[in-house]
Amino acid sequence: MSFEPKIVGFLCNWCTYTGADLAGTSRMKYAPNVRVVRVMCSGRVDPTFVLKAFREGADGVLLGGCHPGDCHYQSGNMKTLRRIPLLKRLLKDMGIEEGRLRLEWISASEGERYQRVINEFVEQVRALGPLNLEVRKALPKKSQATA
Amino acid sequence: MSQAKLKVGVYWGASCGGCDVAFLDIHEKILDVIQVAEVKFWPCAMDFKYKDVEGYPDGYLDITLFNGAIRNSENEHVARLLRKKSKLMVAFGACAHMGGIPGLANFWSKKDIFASAYLESPSTENLQKIVPQVETKVPEGTLKIPELYENVRTLAQTIDVDYTVPGCPPNPEQIAIVLGAVASGKLPAKGAVVGASDKAMCEDCPRKKKELKFKKFQRRHLTHPDPEICFMEQGIVCLGAATRAGCGWRCIGSNMPCRGCYGPLPNVTDQGAKILAAIASHIDSEDPEEVERILDGIPDPAGYFYRFGLPLSLLHRRHLGDR
Repeated sequence: MSFEPKIVGFLCNWCTYTGADLAGTSRMKYAPNVRVVRVMCSGRVDPTFVLKAFREGADGVLLGGCHPGDCHYQSGNMKTLRRIPLLKRLLKDMGIEEGRLRLEWISASEGERYQRVINEFVEQVRALGPLNLEVRKALPKKSQATA
Repeated sequence: MSQAKLKVGVYWGASCGGCDVAFLDIHEKILDVIQVAEVKFWPCAMDFKYKDVEGYPDGYLDITLFNGAIRNSENEHVARLLRKKSKLMVAFGACAHMGGIPGLANFWSKKDIFASAYLESPSTENLQKIVPQVETKVPEGTLKIPELYENVRTLAQTIDVDYTVPGCPPNPEQIAIVLGAVASGKLPAKGAVVGASDKAMCEDCPRKKKELKFKKFQRRHLTHPDPEICFMEQGIVCLGAATRAGCGWRCIGSNMPCRGCYGPLPNVTDQGAKILAAIASHIDSEDPEEVERILDGIPDPAGYFYRFGLPLSLLHRRHLGDR
């Protein structure tokens, strides 16, 4: 069976999620690999969420927010703009390719851009192949201490 | 009739021995401790053998303070044995709690580590390329040594743990408090982190704080930080924002930034992710290229943010892929 990447998408309520809605209501076709989690702002996406997504088996993580300057909360997306580069560096050190994490600014009117980004990212992750983190074998969920 | 003394076990897994020394750092209070406690196993300091422990009935020890991570089959075997023989099992110190410094081995594979230690290091001359084997045949029979594991694990990732005392090493004053709590029977809920605060280091940090903005990161060994002012405001990465207080400001007070040995705050799964968010959010730029330039000032983010906590972190180890 061919590899179908599992991708978690954290989309901001005001721009990217609405953009995804537009893509849907416009009946645009795009790859079905992204599991969308709606968040109020891309700035709400704690790096923990991204690490957890990989830990739970995601092959890629997409973050969608408003274009810089358009944040509903003024500067939430600027926090994301600063965090993602550092998170990518951390992931690289942890042996996870930078290409598995993608940050995109997609506004509510950019349904087409949403379609294009999803299709591109799915192909990008497909090319990287399954992640199969070793920790998932080394530490089955039950034994992971949360303290 | 005097009250029966607490039977205490102390053991070290993959650790440096600093936790064992911390017991002695309580100085003359050790005299109070031996009023209420009797050591029944402490290989670092007293002459006990594993077979002594094997001979104890199950649940014989009132409390075992286990320091060190689980890195080889001996660590795991003794951890399981002590769990059976102890009423209370305490993960004592950063290594048992989070993997600690030995946990940094999770950035490498066992093969890398063996190659570096036995074959490639500049001071090694090993022409026959001998690396330790679990079993070695000699004329007299077969010799066995413990097997080094691929991953360093925390104690709680290996056995059931009742309490955790964080720190590298734990603040000596906390040891007396822990033993006192057990002696008095006033035990916290299972799973509690004992001997530390539920607040972040920053909360009561004595250094002056104004506004946090990073234009540039500095490395501690290349600077002379002002001892009165917040490290972060001086551009030095300090883990205080994502670390439990309770250590007694040992690093901060010596003009060193917090390294995070007391571990994540309550309800936090990943200490590194939290400090990453705290630091990156305060970079003073909105230009992606400038952000990258500023971030070049943190050459090893994973190693720095997971200095003590890699095995406890969400990713647990560096992913080696098919390598």
